[in-house]
Amino acid sequence: MSLKPVGIGLMQGLFVVFKHATRKRITEQYPEERLTVSRRTRAQELVWDPGLCTGCATCVKACPQGNLKVTTSVGPNNNYIVEKFENDEGRCIFCGLCVEACPYEALFFGRRYERSQYSRGELIADKDEMSGDDKERSAYFRPDLYDDLPEQTLLIYRKHKKII
Amino acid sequence: MITTPQEIITRMPASVWQPFDDPLDSGWAVDNFWAHWGLFSVGIIGFVLLVVMGFIWFERRFISPMQLRIGPNRCGPFGLLQPVADAVKVMLKEDIVPNLADKVVHFIAPIAIFVPVLLMFAVIPVHEGVGLIPDLNVGILFVIAVGSIETIAVFMAGWGSNNKYSILGAMRSVAMMVSYEMPMAFAVVAVVLVTGTLSLQGIVQAQTIPFALLLPMAFILYFIGALAELQRTPFDLLEAESEIIAGYHIEYSGMKFAMFYLGEYGGAIIQSALITTLFLAGWKGPFLPPFLWFMIKLFAVFGMIVWIRATWPRVRIDQLMSFAWKYMLPLSIVNLLIVALEVIWFEGDAVTWWLVPINIVICGALLTGWATFFKLRGGPQVES
Repeated sequence: MSLKPVGIGLMQGLFVVFKHATRKRITEQYPEERLTVSRRTRAQELVWDPGLCTGCATCVKACPQGNLKVTTSVGPNNNYIVEKFENDEGRCIFCGLCVEACPYEALFFGRRYERSQYSRGELIADKDEMSGDDKERSAYFRPDLYDDLPEQTLLIYRKHKKII
Repeated sequence: MITTPQEIITRMPASVWQPFDDPLDSGWAVDNFWAHWGLFSVGIIGFVLLVVMGFIWFERRFISPMQLRIGPNRCGPFGLLQPVADAVKVMLKEDIVPNLADKVVHFIAPIAIFVPVLLMFAVIPVHEGVGLIPDLNVGILFVIAVGSIETIAVFMAGWGSNNKYSILGAMRSVAMMVSYEMPMAFAVVAVVLVTGTLSLQGIVQAQTIPFALLLPMAFILYFIGALAELQRTPFDLLEAESEIIAGYHIEYSGMKFAMFYLGEYGGAIIQSALITTLFLAGWKGPFLPPFLWFMIKLFAVFGMIVWIRATWPRVRIDQLMSFAWKYMLPLSIVNLLIVALEVIWFEGDAVTWWLVPINIVICGALLTGWATFFKLRGGPQVES
């Protein structure tokens, strides 16, 4: 006589679940444990280099959203002085066309991803914010940066104890 | 060592109870009746609310490792304040009453589902003689009678909402609760036969051996019945969160929904407490203080319920009904007969160690034997 109709399978199930409880957690424990993003990430912000930018506004022409705002004035050497460089990150679709269009490689994607704010107004990144020191530049469309960036961590690289 | 409620009251500062002493100068306010009543009423309400919060936290923290998660860990240390945050949230929510609802019934139902839980707790002894009326001579009968009120509250909620889904859910819930109350009651009768008393305190005092070992069949039947009575997995098909949202309390929101939640977890407390009292020797245990033992057993039983929730799939409605009527009810009657024979054989003193292996063997034989007979209507028999 087998124990199948008594529900021996249900009892086995209980112990399988209990074994799972002693296993390492699969999910990433976010605030304590952060993953390194891809080196070519197109994350949630743009980084602007004021030293390289000439104010040509090619990025503005490339933007499908009409989202970048650049205002320039004429400087002493008949060059452009960028007075205003704004990106509304709430409306940006992070397509990367501006980064690809920039002829002087002055525009980058940032690597940070914790960019939520309490109001929409705070999402508009101005000149100082886009060129701040705390920015990390992504290697998206900037292959020179690729080798210096840390390798991406993926959950599949973790060692798991095999169960069942 | 404090042993009686009277002793607790006499050890309290006199100002606490003296204003209540003999308030009407009549004979019925003996033994500081009002002080005892007030102390334990407030105590029980506070205890139930606190343990409900503890249970919610415990369930969420305990089920998460089984699903390879961490569980709530942001509010306070180990997420201990998460139930508080949830309670505040649910109190601030809008209270929606459907336009065509039966307003009075809709209003009373959430109260009627929570009050029986508090009433049932009146007779649970957390220590020798500590409780509102721990030595009530019809204690377990009182628990079963008051517990049945919850069925009416469920139906009131379904009817008062004026929603066809809630009335369907309520009717199914009522059918299930009525079906499973019977094997549960028979399991309790087996315990009462062995102890010879209906008082819960007397039942605990009689347990020199935990009845989970002495009466394993009754324990298993009562546990399964309690799972059904609580409408928890694997019998939660009437309010299946992942499939049909809520069942009878689909039209409730805000504080009224919170009352249903309280009633659900309060029911979990009371069933855990009853299993502890009837089958796990209540407050008894070595080394630790009795109240701590009671709490440990309470949480252990609830932990088992959560473990089952994390594991088992839910049953179909036909499986549910045939399991109650074709499997549990006959088994409980056979179990009652066997226990009655044992009590006659030992002339009323059936709490002996060497009955334990015999009863476990009988339990195993009955479970396996009846399982081979059991089949669903029209369905094929499970291959054995």
